[in-house]
Amino acid sequence: MTLLMAEDLRGGYGGADILNGTTLRVGEGEIVVIVGPNGAGKSTAMKALVGLVTLRGGRITFGGEDVTGLRADQLAARRLCYVPQEKNVFPSLTVQENLEMGAFLRHDDFSARMDQIFELFPVLKERRKQAAGTMSGGQRQMVAIGRALMLEPRLLLLDEPTAGLSPKFTEMIFAKIVEINATGVAVLMVEQNARDALAIAHRGYVLVLGQNRFEDSGPALAANPEVAHMFLGG
Amino acid sequence: MLTDILQLLIYGVILGSVIALGAIGVSLIFGILRFAHFAHGDLMTAGAYFALFFMTATGASIWLAFPFAVLAAIAVALAFDRIVYRRLRRTRPVILLIASIGVAFILRNAVLAVWGPDITVYESGIKPPIRFAGLRIKEDQLAIIIGAVVLVVLLSLFLQRTRMGKAMRAMADDPDLARITGIDTDRVILWTWVIGAGLAAAGGVFLALDTRLQPTLGWDILLAIFAATILGGIGKPYGAIVGAMVVGISAELGAGLPGVFGADWSLTAYKPAITFALMIAMLLWRPQGLIGGRT
Repeated sequence: MTLLMAEDLRGGYGGADILNGTTLRVGEGEIVVIVGPNGAGKSTAMKALVGLVTLRGGRITFGGEDVTGLRADQLAARRLCYVPQEKNVFPSLTVQENLEMGAFLRHDDFSARMDQIFELFPVLKERRKQAAGTMSGGQRQMVAIGRALMLEPRLLLLDEPTAGLSPKFTEMIFAKIVEINATGVAVLMVEQNARDALAIAHRGYVLVLGQNRFEDSGPALAANPEVAHMFLGG
Repeated sequence: MLTDILQLLIYGVILGSVIALGAIGVSLIFGILRFAHFAHGDLMTAGAYFALFFMTATGASIWLAFPFAVLAAIAVALAFDRIVYRRLRRTRPVILLIASIGVAFILRNAVLAVWGPDITVYESGIKPPIRFAGLRIKEDQLAIIIGAVVLVVLLSLFLQRTRMGKAMRAMADDPDLARITGIDTDRVILWTWVIGAGLAAAGGVFLALDTRLQPTLGWDILLAIFAATILGGIGKPYGAIVGAMVVGISAELGAGLPGVFGADWSLTAYKPAITFALMIAMLLWRPQGLIGGRT
């Protein structure tokens, strides 16, 4: 079952197009990874999905509904939640307040959901009264993911969730992504740590100059000699 | 001598309370809407005159007129947001700033047109001050301090405990992330005006109660409000309260201390200069504000 389908996306930030016909598909319950060289439009493709890029062409459907041109908050209301790469927490708010803000669109009792997130990231429970801005990069990433999970997304978009993190935290975040996916949440992420990310991915896309270059299962892409040579460092 | 200094401190706290009520609003508006609201002083003036209007129209006391003034000032602020600021939301902050100077002129001249240029008071007659251990404080002044404390406590409860208060702090942290998260930013902006204008009206009424009503009432104190906002770290409402106390107390001490030490001259006329010097010094050496290092 296709959950998200983005076809032939074209557009950018007002100047020259960065996306030149990118196509992405995420099936129900899948982990899909977008890899590619710097400037390939990976993050731009992600932003285009949540209405942060001006699209000149293309069509996006989510859960069978045409969502082309909808804003990020409107998509969040449809349980498609996006975690930006940087500035993804409210620094002066506590961990718990960050999670509460993640549930802003909910008008029911979300305490059970918060408990689940605390179970997934125990350190967030320990530090729930701490200002998110005072935490380490890895912990902030957990706050950001936790915040997005508050809406019980069907699809979670993660833009370079391990950027700048130590190998230990990187491994841990990947393990948590697998854990989140096991609860039925589909994940689409952009990753620099291509080899590690492809190892946990069901499918992957290699983007070059805003176009799809390769598309395969995660392990197959990692094993593809051409991909390995170009992007995975041999 | 100690009594004289304590007396000056009391005056400083009174002035600081009034400044704080203005500075909280300026700080919140800067944090959420990202521009320095130059019409804030004149919003205070309008609030003070709305109370006068209610008193003359109904014969009610100032304390009955107070909530009316607050509501009327909120209505005015929301109207200007809808007519002026909302249209400029997507432009650069400096355009909003200039627009707010225009709004300031409109408000001040509306006050002039309706109530005239004459200086007036809410209630004439001299009430004897309360005396305690050689110190003097008028009932009105005590009410100003208590009123300001109550309002600050209410604000704090709102910001820390309520969903909308937390959303306001979130949006001040990062408006883009707030939008992505699904926070209703239009409602946050609405509440920012409600609180900012409500506190401004309270500050305006208090200031007029402590001094006298005149059309430049709020404009004259705007410099002190901006100084307090900067001292507190722009965009931080709690910092603004601390900044207001520093500005209020240093203005009163600076003006009064020479007299306490037997000088036959006074710096009273230089209160704005003291405030201005404080503001420039802060901008030069600690632009991030007195408390906290993170911007």
